[in-house]
Amino acid sequence: MALTLVTSGCAGGVSSRPPDVVVELDHYTSAEASRQFRSVLDRCAERFGLRIRRQNVPVDQLMPKVLRDATAHSLPDLLFVDNPDLKTVAETGALTELGQYGLSGEGYFPGIVEAGKYRGELYGLAPGVNGLALFYNRTVFERAGLEPPETWRELRATAEALTNGSTHGIAFSAIASEEGAWQFEPFLWSNGGELDELDSRKSVEALRFWSGLVEDGLASRSVVNWNQNDVIDRFTSGHATMMINGSWALSSLDESGTDYGIVPLPTPSTGTPPVVPLGGEIGAIPETTPERQRDAARVLGCLLERDNMLDWTTDHAYVPARTNVAEQYARERPVMEPFVEEVATGRARTAELGPRYREVSQALADAIQATIAGSTSPRQALRRAARVAETAD
Amino acid sequence: MTTKPEPVNGTAPVRRVRSGTSGGRQRLVQWTFVLPMVVFLLLFFCYPVLRNLTMSFQEWTVASFYEGGSPFVGLDNYVELVTDPIFGTAVLNTVLFTVGSLAPQFAIGLGLAVFFQRRFPLSGALRGLLLLPWLLPLVVSGAVFRWIYDEGFGALNQLLLGLHLISDPVPWLSSTRYALLSAIIANVWVGVPFNLVILHSGLQAVPGSLYEAAALDGAGPWQRFRHITLPLLRPVIAIVLMLGLIYTLKVFDVIMILTGGGPANASETLTTWSFALSFEEFDFGQGAAVGNILIVIALVFALFYLRSIRDTFRSRGGRG
Repeated sequence: MALTLVTSGCAGGVSSRPPDVVVELDHYTSAEASRQFRSVLDRCAERFGLRIRRQNVPVDQLMPKVLRDATAHSLPDLLFVDNPDLKTVAETGALTELGQYGLSGEGYFPGIVEAGKYRGELYGLAPGVNGLALFYNRTVFERAGLEPPETWRELRATAEALTNGSTHGIAFSAIASEEGAWQFEPFLWSNGGELDELDSRKSVEALRFWSGLVEDGLASRSVVNWNQNDVIDRFTSGHATMMINGSWALSSLDESGTDYGIVPLPTPSTGTPPVVPLGGEIGAIPETTPERQRDAARVLGCLLERDNMLDWTTDHAYVPARTNVAEQYARERPVMEPFVEEVATGRARTAELGPRYREVSQALADAIQATIAGSTSPRQALRRAARVAETAD
Repeated sequence: MTTKPEPVNGTAPVRRVRSGTSGGRQRLVQWTFVLPMVVFLLLFFCYPVLRNLTMSFQEWTVASFYEGGSPFVGLDNYVELVTDPIFGTAVLNTVLFTVGSLAPQFAIGLGLAVFFQRRFPLSGALRGLLLLPWLLPLVVSGAVFRWIYDEGFGALNQLLLGLHLISDPVPWLSSTRYALLSAIIANVWVGVPFNLVILHSGLQAVPGSLYEAAALDGAGPWQRFRHITLPLLRPVIAIVLMLGLIYTLKVFDVIMILTGGGPANASETLTTWSFALSFEEFDFGQGAAVGNILIVIALVFALFYLRSIRDTFRSRGGRG
């Protein structure tokens, strides 16, 4: 059954293409983001007399498609994948090293360069990155005379004060996939926990805090079924007064008319900056023919230029991946400041684990679910996850 | 098929002698009619099934896709599956899901079919309306059920709270205790029309005179159901249950949309697990192995089904 899908999808149809066409693949499916990405791509292609043939698939189908295309050796010329997946794609041997096109990670945030590296070589660079922060409903906060929380203790107290009937103090995603793990990781890391020692005391403590929010009714039990878009819905509809989400939520929030504020994620104690995982997609150039690789590299290089990077990140509400561009950006868009701040200390999810990250993040998501929805204790759940992580290959 | 009279021995050789040279051409013509079907089956049925089988004996990593190396590992994939703690959960859930869906689907379907056996105003229209769950795309029904089950605002909890049947909202989809039950309830709703339609058409074949005769002999409604409806409906019941079983075993979309197999694998069945292994963890070898286990289970029941059909036709043929 699995296989019919794999084998039937091989006819990707990139063989018969004119020489001036660059085939590109990404997962920006929302109409807005899709149009904006298209316009920057087209602008870059035009400069070199090229045309872009864009392929666009939903985020959860991108990796299956990439693997399918890899089997048929019909990968696109330019590929944008979620950054924790880059090492997985690089592992297949299908990507080319970027140094040969004169692209380097100099001046970029170290976390995102780390995410683009495989076995010490650079295979991907991103125009923009994103991260998680705490959004709060300013109207409700002002009415209640509350300040946005900075520590875990304050977060709990604030959430408690704001939980009332069907309105919960906070919303986040604890869905059984990478999305659920990624939302928990800043809490794990900020508390000193590590992905390669999930059963440590610090890690268990972080999960206990996380599941405690649900156990004590400060967050809905439904968090185990929510993805981050569902979380935005709860926040804009007023059923959650705070939420953990990324900068991509800004356009939905502005549309909804909710008066919101954004602060960095609370940490266990005051004065320490949160450690957030870096999000966002990363551009890579698969092995095709030398000419096509060169054309793809020109387009990617153009996307990474200062002005295009600024345009693209402004449209997408991402943080520019180069430090000096990000500084200018933060000055021009104060609402993005918490995100810019966090990205500086942001970590690549795949830094320690490489391609193994995928399996470990799944084990972590399962552990979160078992604790929140089941009756497993944080220690037990994480011990099981750590065992899975040990055998991951 | 078997009721058709068998050709009398001896006619075949006579015909062969008479047709002579045109016999070869006729056979060729016959084969050209069969050929498209054979090609189709080989390409879209045999090839995938065989490929799935070989895949399950290979180790697949992401590198296998580009470089093509997927070494033969024998039964390793199966051993790993069986020793995986999720395996037991998935098998148990598959059994619970199948039995839990099938029994109510059948009972409700039969009840409604008997109910609609009587003619009353609007019975046709009502029966048509009951087909609705069957006509809706599963993605749509699934999404609607997600709303109904929502803990805070879902219609189900509001109703139960309003009737004072529960004092706290039930976490239908977000607790390991209820997730499978919720998926089963949704699937029952989806499956009732199928049972209703087949059983209802089966009931049409039961002669009304039998009921009249039984009523004259003083048989009550239960006795008429027990001694006329049920025995005469038996072949149809066998078919409904067998097809229902095979359909339910492979249910994927309802669970995927409602819970995605979660929370914490609480509603993971063999189908959703196979999908997760192949397309989320990219372990196509193990995913294929789970698929094969499912195929074998379905095959066993399919054999039962074929046998029951054969017996049915044989007994009918014998009687006629």
